[in-house]
Amino acid sequence: MSKTTKVWVARDYLNCSGCRLCEVACALKHEGRIWPEASRVRVFMLTPTLEIPHLCAQCDDAPCIPSCPVDALSRSDKTGAILVDAEKCISCGKCIDGCPGRVPFLHPQTNKAIICDLCDGDPVCSKVCQEGRYNALWTVSGAPSKSYKLYAKTPDKVTEELAARMYRDLAKELI
Amino acid sequence: MVGGYAGKFLEVDLGQEKIKNTVFPEQVLRDYLGGRALAAKILWDRLGSKWESIDPLGPENIFLALTGPLTGYYPGIRICCTGKSPLTNGIVGSTVAAEFPIELKCAGYDGVIVTGKAKKPVYLYIDDDRQEIRDASHLWGKTGKQTIKLLNKEVIEDLEKRYRLKRMWREPGVLYVGPAGENATRVAAVMMKWTHGAGYGGYGGVMGSKNLKAMVAKGTGPLPAAANMNETLKCIENVTQSCYASDGMRRWGTGSAGYEVGAGTSSEPVRNWQEEWHDERTFGVDHFERRVWLKRYWGDYGCPTTCLKVSAVLDGPLKGAITDNPDYETQAYVGTNLGIFQPEGNVYVNAKVDDLGLCGIQAGNVLGFAGELYQRRILTKKEIGFSLRWGDAKAFGRLAEMVAKREGIGDVLAEGVYRAAIKLGKQKGKNLLLYAVQAHGMAIGAHGTRSGLDYEPITAYATSVQGSDHTSCGGMGPLQGAGDSLWGFADSAVICGFNVFDNNLDPMWRMLRAVTGWDIGVDDWVNTMGPRMITIQRAALLVGGPDAKWDPDKDDDNPPRFYKPLPSGPLKGKTTSRKQVQKDKVKYYQSLGWDARGIPTTETLKRLGIPELEIVFKGMRK
Repeated sequence: MSKTTKVWVARDYLNCSGCRLCEVACALKHEGRIWPEASRVRVFMLTPTLEIPHLCAQCDDAPCIPSCPVDALSRSDKTGAILVDAEKCISCGKCIDGCPGRVPFLHPQTNKAIICDLCDGDPVCSKVCQEGRYNALWTVSGAPSKSYKLYAKTPDKVTEELAARMYRDLAKELI
Repeated sequence: MVGGYAGKFLEVDLGQEKIKNTVFPEQVLRDYLGGRALAAKILWDRLGSKWESIDPLGPENIFLALTGPLTGYYPGIRICCTGKSPLTNGIVGSTVAAEFPIELKCAGYDGVIVTGKAKKPVYLYIDDDRQEIRDASHLWGKTGKQTIKLLNKEVIEDLEKRYRLKRMWREPGVLYVGPAGENATRVAAVMMKWTHGAGYGGYGGVMGSKNLKAMVAKGTGPLPAAANMNETLKCIENVTQSCYASDGMRRWGTGSAGYEVGAGTSSEPVRNWQEEWHDERTFGVDHFERRVWLKRYWGDYGCPTTCLKVSAVLDGPLKGAITDNPDYETQAYVGTNLGIFQPEGNVYVNAKVDDLGLCGIQAGNVLGFAGELYQRRILTKKEIGFSLRWGDAKAFGRLAEMVAKREGIGDVLAEGVYRAAIKLGKQKGKNLLLYAVQAHGMAIGAHGTRSGLDYEPITAYATSVQGSDHTSCGGMGPLQGAGDSLWGFADSAVICGFNVFDNNLDPMWRMLRAVTGWDIGVDDWVNTMGPRMITIQRAALLVGGPDAKWDPDKDDDNPPRFYKPLPSGPLKGKTTSRKQVQKDKVKYYQSLGWDARGIPTTETLKRLGIPELEIVFKGMRK
């Protein structure tokens, strides 16, 4: 039996307040700084009031991994997170193109690819979201589900759907 | 560099199309921090000798958008917009929330200082590598929602194409004006994120008068480092817990006050302040929640309170209106003040005001003023163009559009309630200042003094160096929540006053030390730094401008209406005591080291390290 406890960060975009405490927590954990553009979770607000927390969905088939020409990406046996070997990464950005949600991005200072590492199994982003009782992000662990890969979607597409849901026929004007 | 500061300010001369970096000596930052206090220093240093002759809507005025050392660290991010005010002719620190300030700091700038006037509409673009004045002809005339949509698209496209970093880019931070600002009305706000405005002071009109449609920032760096990060994080956690503990504020924002301030404390403007009481349960926050709220929590970068809510009218005759909450001030000013007691009508006018880039308070006040003139048959249907009956959201929405575009009667109303009352009064041969609810040229906050039950002291508006706002109001002790001193600190460290808890101030002062590394604290602010800022603002206010000047003996006072008895409600008959106002004013002025008339003494100026102001105040003393 494998001891893997795979975890996912589930999300409900309608509940996102845009407070970005998830970004603050993520950047503090990984960079020791408040640093919006280095946070592994990035809240997109292409249209105000439609806030989209955007982070890796750990797709089962992980198309980012084969898209990397230097084998810098791998999956963690422990958590299922996609791990980046920064020493191998050549900053080509092919993982961004390989991801259906265009989630990975290059670090503003090191220029290496960065992807959510699930905080080694205990993601701080969903912790602070829960502490604030927003319930836009929460951690799911246990049996994997195919559905989580559906989160690997670009924010503009999610914005369109969310706008239609919230504003109905007014949505077109806004986005 | 000192902790918390990016270390440079962007200085833009729109007339000469020149951009440069400006650095202030550490001692200046230590004495004035940022935001309101630093702006007062910059403005007075540069314009003080000719202050009276400067037209706030002319090219000589300076527009500033400044952060402070705690911006981005202390939960609740804001930026302070200021300059010489087209309303008061003084200096008003007017702050607004949303993401522009964090983008600006992460791009390496503590603030932007804008001088001159562009030949054609422009916007300012700022990222870590590039600072550009860009054409904004295609944005001119556009509403807030259209402006954000167009700017986000074009800036993201440009970043994808031209920026060194590879990633899916997200939107920049945008500070902008709507049509009301473009047309240099005095009731226009500097806007962010559809619904957030820096309204007091009238700085939307200042941006517009410079042909400056927007400032756009995208920063990819970290927030400037704090001197002591561990201690800073402890303070953030402490404040965060206080935010989480204020459940009412999280749940309702200030939106529960739309009912409570009317029904409970009888201090809400009703039909242009003719009354201050209402018991309209249709205006209860529960109705807002069920009928118009689409999002229960909405907020800005790093704020655990998220007191905002997203509201919309999706059906019926008022369909299409989208705004936030509304918060208390706009529930009052574009709700009860216009005789509107239904959430949908309130959301409708509020969304209009937002889209046009009007200040909800300044515009709501002047719309109510017009409503009363119509009620009294001083303004006719013919002069306005339609009937302006209390409670008619569509009619008031239409008038708001005329104000923003300076069309018809809207042109004079766009001057703000004080100037409109004088101009229309001359035309009509009547004293219309009786119906203008303002002090020092600015419409007051939506909290009356007559019932004596609201938080504002009776001298709040009379003694305010800001003019007459409801946030950093005058007359309060140095560590009282909404006082000129404590809120003045929030405006200068540039953080949100709603996350400053006067029963838990310690983490704020501790954070100031932890972030900056300076050994300064509450006593320095309360005894020296705060009074110094207030005293400079007092100088600017009393020197005045080409079209209005304030006489401390006459103008440091409440609107005349506040001395009439309350006409309705359980507190009917109560009013503000003129005698008490005079007494309290003297006490407050003396607590600042000013004389009984509110003129700072020679000794005080010396003690505060601003003896150069003696020349200004000398002639004012009796």
